[in-house]
Amino acid sequence: MPDLAPPIDDRLLHVDADGALMLLAARERESGRLVFPAPGDADPERYESVLLPREGRLWSWTVQRFRPKSPPYAGPEAFAPYAVGYVALGDAIIVEGRLTGAPLDGFAIDMKMRLVAEPFTLESGERRTTFAFAPITEKAA
Amino acid sequence: MSDVYIVGAGIHPFGRTQERTGLQQGVFAVRQALGRAGLDWRDIQFAYGGSDAAGKADTMVSELGLTGLPFINVANGCATGGSAMFGAYSTIKSGEFDLGIAVGFDKHPRGAFDPKPAEWGLPDWYGETGLMLTTQFFAMKIQRYMAMHGITNRTLAAVAEKAFANGALADHAWRREPVDAETILSSTMVSDPLTKFMFCSPAEGAVALILASEAKAKSLGLPAVRLRAVAVRSRPPGSFEVFSPALDIARGLSPTSIASRAAYEMAGVGPEDVDLAQLQDTESGAEIMHMAENGFCADGEQQAWIAEGRTRIDGILPINTDGGCLACGEPIGASGLRQVYENYVQLTGQAGARQVTGDPRIGYSHVYGAPGVSAVAIVERA
Repeated sequence: MPDLAPPIDDRLLHVDADGALMLLAARERESGRLVFPAPGDADPERYESVLLPREGRLWSWTVQRFRPKSPPYAGPEAFAPYAVGYVALGDAIIVEGRLTGAPLDGFAIDMKMRLVAEPFTLESGERRTTFAFAPITEKAA
Repeated sequence: MSDVYIVGAGIHPFGRTQERTGLQQGVFAVRQALGRAGLDWRDIQFAYGGSDAAGKADTMVSELGLTGLPFINVANGCATGGSAMFGAYSTIKSGEFDLGIAVGFDKHPRGAFDPKPAEWGLPDWYGETGLMLTTQFFAMKIQRYMAMHGITNRTLAAVAEKAFANGALADHAWRREPVDAETILSSTMVSDPLTKFMFCSPAEGAVALILASEAKAKSLGLPAVRLRAVAVRSRPPGSFEVFSPALDIARGLSPTSIASRAAYEMAGVGPEDVDLAQLQDTESGAEIMHMAENGFCADGEQQAWIAEGRTRIDGILPINTDGGCLACGEPIGASGLRQVYENYVQLTGQAGARQVTGDPRIGYSHVYGAPGVSAVAIVERA
């Protein structure tokens, strides 16, 4: 999608022809095990590149209520708490990410969730795109 | 092959000691252990020691004496202390030496740890976007556990309340004031459902344990405990660990559960034989989950156990009798050895105001850390 800022990592996100955001992962050919994120130097004989399902259910969650230390955190000095969770994507893999689309106390285990693009501003003010999961509401569904 | 005994122990108080480096706290603990046992540094044939962030243990010889002993530095993250003891235990068990020391110490800056993604084999974005925090992991592990097994926030608070009550009775603890459950529940939320008083903090401190062969222990005639098992295990497939961008759908065992099983098997005892336990309590929820992972109760039974006070000093299975990490803080290199220190002190009847009554015989200790490593030790009164 043209209105998205550059991805925070070149090997993290995939936008398909319809503009839908997907997560890049790898499948170990021998064991069939999914690996996310895809290993940086994935040996193509060992791993094949795959895209993860976009929907799943919230497996656990919490709220990050204090600003993480920098480094590694690269966000601006001004801080607003954000929710974080693990989402079980079908029967594929459980992925950790930021949660959005609901108040901080609006998340519950087993909620239906969908992958969304999440704008992320670096301390320098530059904008990047990362991913988050948002509840699938009646209206959006 | 010899049985292995702990015949002496020393501790530098945990918390913050501005005037001493971590290394100096280590030296303090070694001297205290030697002094209490009536031994001299020249009697010590070998040493294992380490810290995560406070320097190289073997440089202690310039303070303690240049006796030429082999001094092995151990650097194994959160399992540094446990690994030092494992090294000393194996060395005596093999018959190579019959009197040695395991020492762990640390000194961390205030606040949460600030890991570097590359050092953990992770891409930068994971840290940059604010996902790489140990506190988030602990919160999400207990959040799910509470939902699956009916554990309440009040039970989380009761664990912390017990820790501060026990810490008030322990000379080496950092937090020496009781804190009531209401204060714990209403303190600042750090990572839901865990409040400030439910988390331990990085801290400072040091512990030294003197280990001996059976023959040496008998000839010394000191108060002693027999090390019936020491097991260190890394993570099995499907475990849930800190700094995991993803988890396998097929869930598995934890490093704690496999270390625990190995230790019970080695010791030839079961959880029902244990009289007191020191369990990793990085936060309140960890103690609750580790009760089940170490085999003391089934998932969900903690709710009743804690409501009935079974894990208090006067309960049927006292847990974290010196207040654990919650009251002592967590100097990584020393934390696991503190647990063994506490069991040694309890089983030799030297625990004073926090002494477990009823003639305890078997003590159990369990340390857990990143990136998924657990060490379990089982000791028996000699």
